[in-house]
Amino acid sequence: MKILVAVKQVAAVDDDFEIRADGRDVDPDFLIHDLNEWDNFSLEEAMKIKEAAGGEVEVVVVSVGPESVDEELRKCLAKGADRAIRVWDDSVEGSDPIAIARIIAAVAKKEAPDMLFAGVQASDHSYAATGIATASFLGWPHAAVVSLLNYTPGSKMATLQRELEGGTYAEVELECPAVLTIQLGINVPRYASLRGIKQAAAKPIDVLTPSALGLAAADVGEAGSLSRVRRMYVPAKGQAELIEGTPAEQVARLVKIIQEFKGV
Amino acid sequence: MSGILVIAEHRMDELRPVSLELIAVAVGVKAQASGPVTVAIIANDPQKYAQALSVQGVDEVICVKSAVVEFDPDAYEATVAALIAAKNPSLVLLPHSVNSLAYAPALAAHGGLGLATDAFKVEFEAGALVATRGGYGQKLNVEVDFPGKSTVVVTFRANVCKLIDVAGSPTVTQMDAPAIPARGQHKKYIEAVGGGDVDIPGSEFILSIGRGVGEEDNVEQFRELAQTVGAELGCSRPIADAGWLPKSRQVGQSGKTAANCKLYIAMGISGSVQHMAGMKHVETIVAVNTDPKASIFHIARYGIVGDIFEIGEELRSQFPA
Repeated sequence: MKILVAVKQVAAVDDDFEIRADGRDVDPDFLIHDLNEWDNFSLEEAMKIKEAAGGEVEVVVVSVGPESVDEELRKCLAKGADRAIRVWDDSVEGSDPIAIARIIAAVAKKEAPDMLFAGVQASDHSYAATGIATASFLGWPHAAVVSLLNYTPGSKMATLQRELEGGTYAEVELECPAVLTIQLGINVPRYASLRGIKQAAAKPIDVLTPSALGLAAADVGEAGSLSRVRRMYVPAKGQAELIEGTPAEQVARLVKIIQEFKGV
Repeated sequence: MSGILVIAEHRMDELRPVSLELIAVAVGVKAQASGPVTVAIIANDPQKYAQALSVQGVDEVICVKSAVVEFDPDAYEATVAALIAAKNPSLVLLPHSVNSLAYAPALAAHGGLGLATDAFKVEFEAGALVATRGGYGQKLNVEVDFPGKSTVVVTFRANVCKLIDVAGSPTVTQMDAPAIPARGQHKKYIEAVGGGDVDIPGSEFILSIGRGVGEEDNVEQFRELAQTVGAELGCSRPIADAGWLPKSRQVGQSGKTAANCKLYIAMGISGSVQHMAGMKHVETIVAVNTDPKASIFHIARYGIVGDIFEIGEELRSQFPA
């Protein structure tokens, strides 16, 4: 039994940053990296299934990105994932979520997991597309924004809840293997233990290229994408009137605002 | 390829309001798209939605009769693919909703169509579509184009576009959805439970807390503070996810909308798109946050850069009994 968990190294812009000379992205020197917040929850969901099954389940994390991504994969290994796969070469540069999904699908074909989890979206660009596009390349059933999961490894069916808008959930039965995009709050992600961090250093990270996975040059990068970033810019935004002064002075104004609302 | 296809959304026998926003977006760029605006509604009983979708500027409403009563991603993907084949639109507009996210990427990937998600602006430049969305946690705007794609699927953000309040007289046609084998089964809808006395949508004054409260033990002092000032206590997603407050107090896309709120005090909330979807319309928003660059300050009317505990304590002592 195996669960494949697709993760992403996300980027946030530093307080002050510059746009790249071609105007199409932020200068990488001004980016701060981390593991996507959603991925903590999808990994935890896989770990819960592994532990409930008494260890007969292998949890494999996969990511598409350069060597720096190993830092995030080590975090996943420290939390209990058994091994990691990273796919990269220069041809992947410029890939949109669909091209990334094609690579993850190729890894899934090779690994043949019983389930594939991905985050609903990534905190940097919020595409919310990679997981479901991966399902389409695999031809697998899929569900988006899963907030509760009942699944026994090897089972042909899973019961799950999808979090819809406005506090409503839909309960769904789905054939497996399937691709599920996992929502925040589905569980309480663990922290890595010191022992886990030590063990992670010895766990393998396999590095593959798209061509080793049977993908052609036209499958990845801009050629394999359905969209292209043309320009990034800092939008003009509104700005709150800042209430200055000591906390006492600030609150005096706040009290006035509340009393105005109350018509006092 | 010409014209725009809008996919309307319904749930529990009600048209979702975002459908009408999408129509307004489509009608707004109709001249650039040099083709008709077609609105499709996929349902077991689609006719009942036809009148509400007959807005000025819409050329055709297609009532697509589907054997699948509740949303299913495979059924929707197959049906929208059939609609695209029939209409050859240059733009397919879907709401950026949880249901669209369950099939739009698959639809685009299968068909080799252009795709942009969570766009808040679309326009045609010399016949080619450009979509604008947010990047790096919405700190930047990102313009996306679609080289070589004659049909582009865009999931469009809700609460961005004003509605067209004038009825039109489109042609209403019918179509049967393609039958496909089911791989999933909708069982039932479930409403978030807990806190039956909480009424976020009805409250005129809400004091909301976010990640800035730090830990569960700190929640109580803000509950007391809300009581002191006469506000309903609300929260952002991380607080509800952690179980510190019930889901019924969560303001935002997956929680409740502060529909009648006139004064909203956001304490320790940085302001994700999802949270702001539930409160950005409020007339007077006061944000208290230690981070002067927090997104919440872009939509708030007043801002206090400061520590929520210090401000909270001060407010408790200054507020007249």
